[in-house]
Amino acid sequence: MPTTFNWTAGLVFIGFFALVTVLGFVAARWKAGDMTQLHEWGLGGRQFGTVISWFLVGGDFYTAYTVIAVPALVYAVGAYGFFALPYTIIVYPFVFAVMPKLWTACNKGNHITAADFVQGLYGGRWFAAAIALTGIVATMPYIALQLVGMQVVIKSLGVTGEAPLVIAFLILAVYTYASGLRAPAMIAFVKDIMIYIVVIAAIWLIPSKLGGYASVFDAADHFFTAKGGATGIILKPSQFTAYASLAFGSAMAAFMYPHTLTGVLSSASAKTVKKNAIFLPAYTLLLGLIALLGYMAIAAGVKVTNNNDVVPALFLHLFPSWFVGFAAAAIAISALVPAAIMSIGSANLFTRNLWKPLVQPNITPSQEASNAKIVSLAVKLGALVFIIVLPTKFAIDLQLLGGVWILQTFPAVVFSLYTRWLKLPALFIGWAAGIGLGTTLAFMQDLKPIYVLHLGDASYPMYIGLIALALNIVLTLVLSVVLPARPALAAR
Amino acid sequence: MTQKDPTMRPDDTPPTRGSALKFLLLIPYLALLWLPFYNDVHPSLMGFPFFYWYQLLWVPLTSLILFVVYRWVR
Repeated sequence: MPTTFNWTAGLVFIGFFALVTVLGFVAARWKAGDMTQLHEWGLGGRQFGTVISWFLVGGDFYTAYTVIAVPALVYAVGAYGFFALPYTIIVYPFVFAVMPKLWTACNKGNHITAADFVQGLYGGRWFAAAIALTGIVATMPYIALQLVGMQVVIKSLGVTGEAPLVIAFLILAVYTYASGLRAPAMIAFVKDIMIYIVVIAAIWLIPSKLGGYASVFDAADHFFTAKGGATGIILKPSQFTAYASLAFGSAMAAFMYPHTLTGVLSSASAKTVKKNAIFLPAYTLLLGLIALLGYMAIAAGVKVTNNNDVVPALFLHLFPSWFVGFAAAAIAISALVPAAIMSIGSANLFTRNLWKPLVQPNITPSQEASNAKIVSLAVKLGALVFIIVLPTKFAIDLQLLGGVWILQTFPAVVFSLYTRWLKLPALFIGWAAGIGLGTTLAFMQDLKPIYVLHLGDASYPMYIGLIALALNIVLTLVLSVVLPARPALAAR
Repeated sequence: MTQKDPTMRPDDTPPTRGSALKFLLLIPYLALLWLPFYNDVHPSLMGFPFFYWYQLLWVPLTSLILFVVYRWVR
């Protein structure tokens, strides 16, 4: 990594960042609405059509951290790091089948969060609060990781210190405050187009510089053969269940997060959500190619001390300065979009499902909106402090745990769309047991996502979130059978 | 809103034409979660080992399946 400021790259970077900042503030006037209403600020007025939603959800789901971390994992271990690919394919049949139903239910009830939906269905305050808290806690480290993505690319421009990160995040905080979801929706256009350009340039240029894809894969193969262990350009049979369960569990968890749900709920109609499920896989193609950057780095002989530096290091190695700046800006802006939506999603949850029911039941709609704006600031500030004060490892570990936790909201959110038969205490106990088991197993594995299940002589490494979800579902079903009907239900 | 919302019942509309096509949605799960199908280097395509181009191929195939279901299932 360079230690002096790269002027050409730096100026290109600053130029694009300035453009996006202006867009962020202009966005408040775009498809103007009454910003004193939470659904206007926090869902953009539920009016985004197929094209805007495509950019928004794509920009929100495929984050800066993805662009940094997936190639880093592929660089380190090979094929196993590719689980992100099946994950982001099989997520779409699920989105297609389930999310339009959720959109319809939430639109009818004016729900803006998953916890709102659960509360509307089952009543009570505490379970909805638990769902909300799960969402917020799972999202915080995710925001922090977006900062890591930004930090990595800023460092590659030869800038040291935390100042640029702080400035970038203050800008983000202020325009999210002013424009709400409209800001990331508008910025997502720029961000996605820039990322597409970078990746297309990379897949076009890099193989010709490295002698074609066959030699890229050959280089990776030799590298992993020399490295040994559970690495390689295809999986070891012992990795099969880990790979498949990570892909499946991650896919089921992906649209339980507040930021992805916010993206879905801001769509104009259930049909928009369906259409988007058809077209969103285009981003997965992009992700697959981004993942290959890990192998290209190996083929280019890039050496890094921290795997997360592998993408910027590869860009520095192969691209001219001005394009390094462009690529760095693309990644940094990629951090802004999800970070903004994540903070908005968390703020919606906090305001609607924690503050309103537990602290200030008679809050007015405009107080609700201003409360959410302030919470979104606090959430981002929290993430910033987190990343500056604590080692990055904490954010990574917590984000992993967050995935396990958010998956435990699946039965309450998804099953409830199909049946009214589940009982609130059953869902609550299932959720708690899932969180308990998932957290325990994760700590037993030193915060690795995989736990080895033994069945007879065979052993199956499985994603912990999925093991916990299995317990959660079994408990929810069994308890829904054995628990007595609630008086309120019996009276109906 | 502390009361149950009566509008939130799952919709009771009976299955209509082409609903068997919905089972197509399961195919990507089978194709991608059963690793013995594709954990191989051969046959390679344009330099890509099978493991990679097979998974990448499932991106457009999944879109296609979703389109078919979108178009023909109401």
